[in-house]
Amino acid sequence: MNEFFTPAILTATIASGIQLAVPFLLAALGETLGQRSGVLNLGVDGIMLLGAFTSYYVALETGDLPLAVLAGLAVGAACGLATAFISVTLRAEQGISGIGVYLFALGLTSLLFLKLVGTPLPIEQPGKVEVPYLHELPLVGETLFRQDALVYLAFALVPIVTFVLNRTTFGLNVRAVGENPAAADSLGVSVARTRYVTVTIGSSLAGLAGATLMIDVGIFQQNITNAVGFIAIALVYFGAWRPIGVMLGALLYGMTQALVLSWKGLGIIPVSLSDLAAATPAVITVLALLTVARRFRQPAALAMPYTRGG
Amino acid sequence: MRKLLLMLATVAALMLAIPVVSASSKTDATTLKVALIAPSSHNDLAFTQSMHHALLNLQKKYGFELSVSENQFVVANAANIIRQYADQGYDLVIAHGSQYGGTIQQLAPLFPKTSFAWGTAGTTYGLPNVYAYEANSQEGGYVNGYIASLMSKTKIIGVIGPIAVGDAKLYVDGFVAGAKAQSQKTVVNVAYTGSFSDPSLMSKQASVFVAQKADVLTGSSQSVVGAINVARENNLKWFGTQWTQASLAPKNVVATQMYDWMPVLSQIVTRVQSGKLGGVSYRISLKNGGEKIQFNRAANTPKTIQAKAKKVVDGIVSGKIVVPSGL
Repeated sequence: MNEFFTPAILTATIASGIQLAVPFLLAALGETLGQRSGVLNLGVDGIMLLGAFTSYYVALETGDLPLAVLAGLAVGAACGLATAFISVTLRAEQGISGIGVYLFALGLTSLLFLKLVGTPLPIEQPGKVEVPYLHELPLVGETLFRQDALVYLAFALVPIVTFVLNRTTFGLNVRAVGENPAAADSLGVSVARTRYVTVTIGSSLAGLAGATLMIDVGIFQQNITNAVGFIAIALVYFGAWRPIGVMLGALLYGMTQALVLSWKGLGIIPVSLSDLAAATPAVITVLALLTVARRFRQPAALAMPYTRGG
Repeated sequence: MRKLLLMLATVAALMLAIPVVSASSKTDATTLKVALIAPSSHNDLAFTQSMHHALLNLQKKYGFELSVSENQFVVANAANIIRQYADQGYDLVIAHGSQYGGTIQQLAPLFPKTSFAWGTAGTTYGLPNVYAYEANSQEGGYVNGYIASLMSKTKIIGVIGPIAVGDAKLYVDGFVAGAKAQSQKTVVNVAYTGSFSDPSLMSKQASVFVAQKADVLTGSSQSVVGAINVARENNLKWFGTQWTQASLAPKNVVATQMYDWMPVLSQIVTRVQSGKLGGVSYRISLKNGGEKIQFNRAANTPKTIQAKAKKVVDGIVSGKIVVPSGL
């Protein structure tokens, strides 16, 4: 156990935890936007897969990582428009249509990976971005201030989304549409337009989450997300539909994963308990969900298609 | 109209979501029909690729019709596909994954005229139409571990497994035994991520080992791509198993225990052609040529190291070195 508290191991564990949390955070922030406006998007994991594959393929073909990230965002946005069309315009049952999007993306990315990429090759990864002076601080400098640019972006989005939701007219409209779409409609707020915007932005963040995950691993693989998108949906409930709560949930999940990995590597968790320990992040998150999130209620119109006068 | 559109969209999505199935063209009614069901893709640089490669080579020799269903990581879906192949009159259905054992045990008695093969496992369940195959992964693991310990400067090695079962566990156990046989002072840290398919966890586990000053890494399963990337980024040495991963890190991949299923499959296909549908277990090993240690030329491993590896291989083949399994 003493070895765990050495600076090198602690730094590596915390840095891993932060990196593991980022895809959860981006996807969950996007889902928060959609759910606050009343749209439940269960296709997040599928959109992440499409974002991951698109950015991988673009990076492989062009070697241009910023372009690859933009491609992931764009595919996410396109998926968001499609999801909004199904959920808002067609008023389909949101849970089932989301699962359809996930299955579609799972099959499509597997097919494209096989057909377009013969022998899988790694992409060149971006260098770490160091915050001047701060990255030299002992322990926290290495873990917090020497990270990928996308890590900073993900955490910067937390106050931005909080501000947009709580301090802007658009955010007020989003919340109104999610709580009482009929009342918002009567005040001249376009329910459909608001939901289209939130789902499109939210899905583009899911696409970005997929790109981030792929860049961190350095290569695409079938089903690379391994249900990250579904866990992100659970983290929205954990975070009580608030960006800061979502961020804390993502960090809890990522840090627990990193801690388990670190303890396995040090032999603190024996091999015989290895598989059991792998479930720890999910168990802790569910327990926290039961104790924290039950105090809050979900947006009143969540998953309810809106029909004027209906 | 909306419902119709929605239905069409859903059907289209589900059709596209069906995992990739490729079939060779039919020749005539007497041509043997072989099906492969695998948990990952045929270009996974690991378990599935080793089997797919062997089947393609054998197809040239025997001219059988081959259908492949890959990415069947959900056992329930795989069970449906295995049943469909049997229903469609396939002569030999190969379920390439130890997770498919229960399905084979249930389905084989229902299709007595179909031959089933599955692995890696040692049991045919006493069924006359089931073949089993497994790999002595611990042997190549031992050789890799021996060389890894020899080449390590920090004398700290990180080993990442997926789940402690099947050939993954055998490989890891053999690797640890080989490293310790070379030097008791070598520290071999072992961790299983708990997933066969999560490269992100593999990557982070590798980072933890880097922090522990490991300068050599190894791992098993199709999810090792994440860990190999960490080896590449940190300029560490990597030892592989199942299939070469040299394309991912040409300068870092030192050696790989390659699986060659052709000797085993050749025997199974020949027996099925003669009407013997099962009841035999097979095993690939260094001795029978089903396993080979392949050095990556681009890594420029010194000839002296390669010679020592050959000596260890010879020792295992001759029986002078007995590799423990199930430590």
